[in-house]
Amino acid sequence: MSFFGRLTWEAIPIHEPIPLITSLVVLLVLAAIAVWITRNHWWSYLWHEYITSPDHKKIGIMYITLGLVMLVRGFADAIMMRAQQSLAIGSSQGYLPPEHYNQIFSAHGTIMIFFVAMPLVIGFMNFVVPLQLGVRDVAFPTMNNVSFWLTASGALLVNLSLFLGEFARTGWLAFPPLSETQFSPGVGVDYYLVALQISGVGTLLTGVNFVTTILKIRAPGMSYLRMPVFCWTALASNLLIIAAFPVLTVTLGLLMLDRYLGFHFFTNDGGGNSMLYMNLIWVWGHPEVYILVLPAFGIYSEVASTFSGKPLFGYRSMVFATLAICIISFMVWLHHFFTMGAGADVNAVFGIASMIIAVPTGVKIFNWLFTMYGGRVRFNVPVYWLIGFMLTFTIGGLTGVLLAIPPVDFIVHNSLFLIAHFHQVIIGAVVFAIMAGYTYWFPKAFGFTLDERLGKAVFWCWFIGFHLAFMPLYVLGLWGATRRMQHIPDAAWAPWLDVAFVGAAIIGLGIFLTVVQLLYSIKTRDRRRDITGDPWDGRTLEWLTLSPPPHYNFAVLPDVHGEEAYWTRKQTAIKEEKLIAEPNYQPIEMPVNTPTGVIVAFFASVCGFAIIWYIWWLAILGLIGAFAIFVWYAWRDEHEHIIPLDEVIANARERRRVRHELLQELIKQP
Amino acid sequence: MKRRVAVAVASSLLLSACNRGVLDPAGPIAAQEKQLLINSTAIMLAIIIPTMIATIAFAWWFRAGNKKATYRPDWEYSGAIEMVVWAIPALTVMLLGGIAWIGSHDLEPSKPLKSTKPALNVEVVSLDWKWLFIYPDQGVATVNQLVVPAGTPINFRLTSATVWNSFFVPQLGSMIYTMPRMTTRLNLLADKPGVYNGLSSHFSGDGFPGMQFQVHAVPPDQFATWAQGAHGSALKLDGAGYAELSKPSSYVKPMTYGAVSRGLYDAIVANRVPPNPVPEPAHNQPVNGTKA
Repeated sequence: MSFFGRLTWEAIPIHEPIPLITSLVVLLVLAAIAVWITRNHWWSYLWHEYITSPDHKKIGIMYITLGLVMLVRGFADAIMMRAQQSLAIGSSQGYLPPEHYNQIFSAHGTIMIFFVAMPLVIGFMNFVVPLQLGVRDVAFPTMNNVSFWLTASGALLVNLSLFLGEFARTGWLAFPPLSETQFSPGVGVDYYLVALQISGVGTLLTGVNFVTTILKIRAPGMSYLRMPVFCWTALASNLLIIAAFPVLTVTLGLLMLDRYLGFHFFTNDGGGNSMLYMNLIWVWGHPEVYILVLPAFGIYSEVASTFSGKPLFGYRSMVFATLAICIISFMVWLHHFFTMGAGADVNAVFGIASMIIAVPTGVKIFNWLFTMYGGRVRFNVPVYWLIGFMLTFTIGGLTGVLLAIPPVDFIVHNSLFLIAHFHQVIIGAVVFAIMAGYTYWFPKAFGFTLDERLGKAVFWCWFIGFHLAFMPLYVLGLWGATRRMQHIPDAAWAPWLDVAFVGAAIIGLGIFLTVVQLLYSIKTRDRRRDITGDPWDGRTLEWLTLSPPPHYNFAVLPDVHGEEAYWTRKQTAIKEEKLIAEPNYQPIEMPVNTPTGVIVAFFASVCGFAIIWYIWWLAILGLIGAFAIFVWYAWRDEHEHIIPLDEVIANARERRRVRHELLQELIKQP
Repeated sequence: MKRRVAVAVASSLLLSACNRGVLDPAGPIAAQEKQLLINSTAIMLAIIIPTMIATIAFAWWFRAGNKKATYRPDWEYSGAIEMVVWAIPALTVMLLGGIAWIGSHDLEPSKPLKSTKPALNVEVVSLDWKWLFIYPDQGVATVNQLVVPAGTPINFRLTSATVWNSFFVPQLGSMIYTMPRMTTRLNLLADKPGVYNGLSSHFSGDGFPGMQFQVHAVPPDQFATWAQGAHGSALKLDGAGYAELSKPSSYVKPMTYGAVSRGLYDAIVANRVPPNPVPEPAHNQPVNGTKA
């Protein structure tokens, strides 16, 4: 083995125009952004305000930015797949050979789940949970920063595979024995494994951080049954992370032992058993679905209640339903492989367990419905997403229950019907929630609202595009079309695939309009400022503070009375026609910035890259570097910095002045 | 005789020109599974359609501008409604759960089908990237083409000589994984003569889309003729023949082997090189109805 392990000039895709041109374009764009930042002297700002920040809000914004950028990458994969399937019918082989097409669908799944959905959902939990709990930060702010950078490191490695070497050609779960060295000798699966191991550590740390935060750090009076539903769903989601992600780490670790050290956990020979991997990966994989969808349900609960001007209907029922889903989601993994021949009893038990999840989920739908009942529903953009979700998700639930019936699964398993189903629940529930949450909390993060008209256009693009893209796949699935086909065997499927392509293109337009909406809203921000900090007449504590909130969130931790902390406070103020008495302000201690996260992630990326390419000396250097920075951090002298009292008071008095004006207006209203 | 088979095959091909997969079942398993799909969909639609209508209706009626709608800003709980919203999905799931339990047992793939006729044994091996079908009782084998007698239960034993695949003939029903070093079992039946498309429905690598095959269900007497005729093929599936066949290839044209090493399937499952010499071509056992 040479000095650079397996890495040679061959790794650069000189003869493959698509990855080569993409690589060059991405490098150019990155260079242009770097020049732009340098020209504007923004490096220092970015370094102090974002990259090294322990502030949960900044970390949340970084997660969401990462997720949205990766969404573009994942979508590019999607549209390439749709184009290939529209072209490669009959005698045509399309424009993507199998070895390229197979990388694309593997990358699409991996990126969309691990580097789009996860960062977006974790980003919202980061931004929102401490604010809703009425506290200043999460339990472990520096660790939070480390979590983000480790996730970013994983994303970097996955994208690096485009420029150097290849990505896995095994599908997004890399089932052995296909992913074993015998069948996948290249670096693709190693990119997959190493990237997910690094980002998986980040995710697990997030889980630990948020469970600790929600259980231990809440504003005075914020008992469990006064927490907003989003916090409950975040708690459930992070409990699932803590329980499920170690399983992923171990499973991928076992596969790494097979590939790197010649073990036989999942191989065809030496006593290996690939069924073991199938079970283990889905023991993580099914809860993963709920890790994503529970916070999405939380977002819908916030939106439904705020924009209906009513408390959430059946709050306790919602909490119970959330926890029920959290627990049952660990008892259904086998429904991902009914066709493995486990036998009727086993299949039926897991089928019924899967259906049982539909009960609390159904209850949630009905509760959102009755939240709107008797309300004054304001049709702002988040409500569009809410209603779009309720319509889309019920159908997705229907097809999900169908797939949970083993004998029905026997004829649609792995088909495009399945593809349509899980896109319907993941786009219909998770992506729609992310778009709702993005619109809903954007003014809190940046101090101005997003353009409503463009927001509605984005919604219609996604809503129409989604249905055009995926309804045909249900039909094709019933006709016997299976997933992951680089070539389509039946010419009769062509028109349906073309409709799906058009649908995907409309979704693409929606993504483009999201960018337009952002740029336009920034340009016109002066006339869309959120002065009050409460643009939607909110009910939870994040609307109590400034938009954007100061680093410490609240000058004094709010006293919570009742289930809807901020709403109760507003109602009391209106009734008494005055704000609560000015509290006794104190200087505030906040954690200091630290580059620990970004440096650890740098060394983790170096180490990961070296492991992928068998450059062992570099892997050891990377490991030592990552460890050294931890030691250096552990020896720090300075933990916190003090926000001086006059700054706290100045901010708080300004806030009270604004609130006072708002109150006067509200009192004048009949 | 051979021509008659060819004509039957050709005419059934025309009949199946418009392929509707699982929506167009050609056997009892597929028919029952399709019926389950439709029944369960109907049961759920009975709840989902009203819910969807209510979603739009509530949102529209209670829109902020509607003066006629009553605003109840503090209404957040009703025990009666809570009970109903828990009961509706719970009852539905109890009903569907019953369907799933019964269906799982009735349609368990390893369960032999009831029939007056003895079952035909077929051993299925997925290779990179084609299907090998061994007829142990006839002593012949085919690649990417499965010829079966219509109206006769087929008892499959399935394995893989490479990575996982899944054996699936949408119009005949249940798919099942083929996994290396393991045997899965599947029982299917084609009601009437015809040509049914089959495929691998579990991704298995670069040649995966080329793993299409056809099932030719022919009248029973023609099947016997076909099996007899198959012995005439000069191709032999012995150690060397199998080694040649297992080299990666895709979009492989259908082939017929006139002779097969005895115990080849078990050797593949055991991950051994096929051991036995090819039996005599004259070998002609009656169709055996017992389990393989």
